Amino acid sequence: MIKAKQKPIAEIKTLIAPYRNILILGCGTCVTISFAGGEKEVGMLASSLRIAAAMDKNAQLFTEATVQRQCEWEFIDAIADQIQKADAVISLACGIGVQALAERYPDKVILPGVNTTFLGMAIEHGVMVERCRACGDCILGLTGGVCPIARCAKNLLNGPCGGSQRGKCEVNPETDCAWQLIYDRLGKLGQLDRLSSLMTYKDWSKDYDGGPRKIVREDLKL
Amino acid sequence: MKVSSNLERILTSGQFAATGELGPPKSAEAEVIHRKAALLKGYVDAVNITDNQTAIVRMSSISVATMLLGIGIEPTIQMTCRDRNRLAIQADLLGASALGIKNLLCLTGDHQKFGNHPTARGVYDLDSIQLVAMVKALRDEKKFANGEAIDTVEPRFFIGAAENPFADPFDYRPYRLAKKVAAGADFVQTQLIYNVPKFKEFMKRVVDLGVHEKCSILAGVGPIKSIGMARYMQNSVPGMDVPEDIIARLKGVPKEQVRKEGIKQCADIIREMREIPGVHGVHVMAIEWEEAVAEILELSGLLPRPRV
Repeated sequence: MIKAKQKPIAEIKTLIAPYRNILILGCGTCVTISFAGGEKEVGMLASSLRIAAAMDKNAQLFTEATVQRQCEWEFIDAIADQIQKADAVISLACGIGVQALAERYPDKVILPGVNTTFLGMAIEHGVMVERCRACGDCILGLTGGVCPIARCAKNLLNGPCGGSQRGKCEVNPETDCAWQLIYDRLGKLGQLDRLSSLMTYKDWSKDYDGGPRKIVREDLKL
Repeated sequence: MKVSSNLERILTSGQFAATGELGPPKSAEAEVIHRKAALLKGYVDAVNITDNQTAIVRMSSISVATMLLGIGIEPTIQMTCRDRNRLAIQADLLGASALGIKNLLCLTGDHQKFGNHPTARGVYDLDSIQLVAMVKALRDEKKFANGEAIDTVEPRFFIGAAENPFADPFDYRPYRLAKKVAAGADFVQTQLIYNVPKFKEFMKRVVDLGVHEKCSILAGVGPIKSIGMARYMQNSVPGMDVPEDIIARLKGVPKEQVRKEGIKQCADIIREMREIPGVHGVHVMAIEWEEAVAEILELSGLLPRPRV
């Protein structure tokens, strides 16, 4: 899922400073799971901002709402009234939700309340890690199910760099070396010979370098 | 012979090679390059010019290499994948070859996190092995990375790669080296070696794979200036292996003699390297201590350098 982190309160205060009626809008999907922008976080942020407004003696008013998914028109259309009443909306959804609101409500100020951080999972409660970079050309079938694009700081495709030590990455000693993981996995699968063949230049045009990507499914169009 | 550089000729003639290294300045000062170059001239077969070493902005490798050509020293430029994509790398290599540069060391590059612009975007369009393959295709197939033909003059380099025998997984390292050689590496310069027994084990496996017959392996060596530097390399430089006995030897002499002992120790390691099957030379990295190189090579019995 998409993982996000709430922005520092000081940054949020700066973003909303010019506005009086502010809607804090949560999202019930990814950011709820990552404890960054669900109903609970909306409530906590609203409380913090109300206290901050009282201390700063400004007259900002905060309302709260959470929709199931900010990245789908039907859910954000359903709260049009609340959005229209606000001067600005702080979206606690990922960047997709923020942009969906901005597109649907062209005359409304939409502000991000979280930093969208990565595609990943919680490997234990409270510990979320990156697993996919959405590069558009999956090679997990060649690398034992461990992604060197998302998990190697240098996107190496042909084995570990000289900084791999005791299974850890030189860039962050708390991070597992992706290529050590790949080596171990391929070893267990009896496929170590795969590491001897050259993996050629990656087609980055399928990644961000090709510009914003689009999938069109004619079979699904109405 | 592929490019007939001095380094290639020395290695092809079967003689034990000795290369040096020159770190460009963090400025536009030309004078310091001439000063450092004078300390190396005639003592080594080629001089590596680092490319934004440890991700710190410095004068570019190709420009310093061009200056060395002007004063009669053969340069080996270094090219990392960190700062340039395949377009920029190929463009720079076309220029470097046109300028007369013949040796090239292909590297992935230290991660930008370790340098002086840690918030910079790392490129890593290619990795070092893909870079080797690309340079070989430019030279031997006269083809750009996209497959397009080079109509007239192709860039020709004696292609180098690096390997760290002390990084993990240790068992994979010889195979990774074999992969680099299969991709097109003509010579290899290793990470600094202080753990000689472990390097011997690595070389044994390399020889078993027959890799030493397809490329020339230059063992990386370097003198240690102080006990502080030894500890720093031991604890803080990723991928370095500095055993306790290396430090103990330096500790065993009075403080004012540590530098001298460091030079002797480096020469002793070089003598050991000369005995290891499959090692074709040494690459002496005396970082900000170019003065030491001539003395180290003299003590190792590697001077004068052969003329071929």
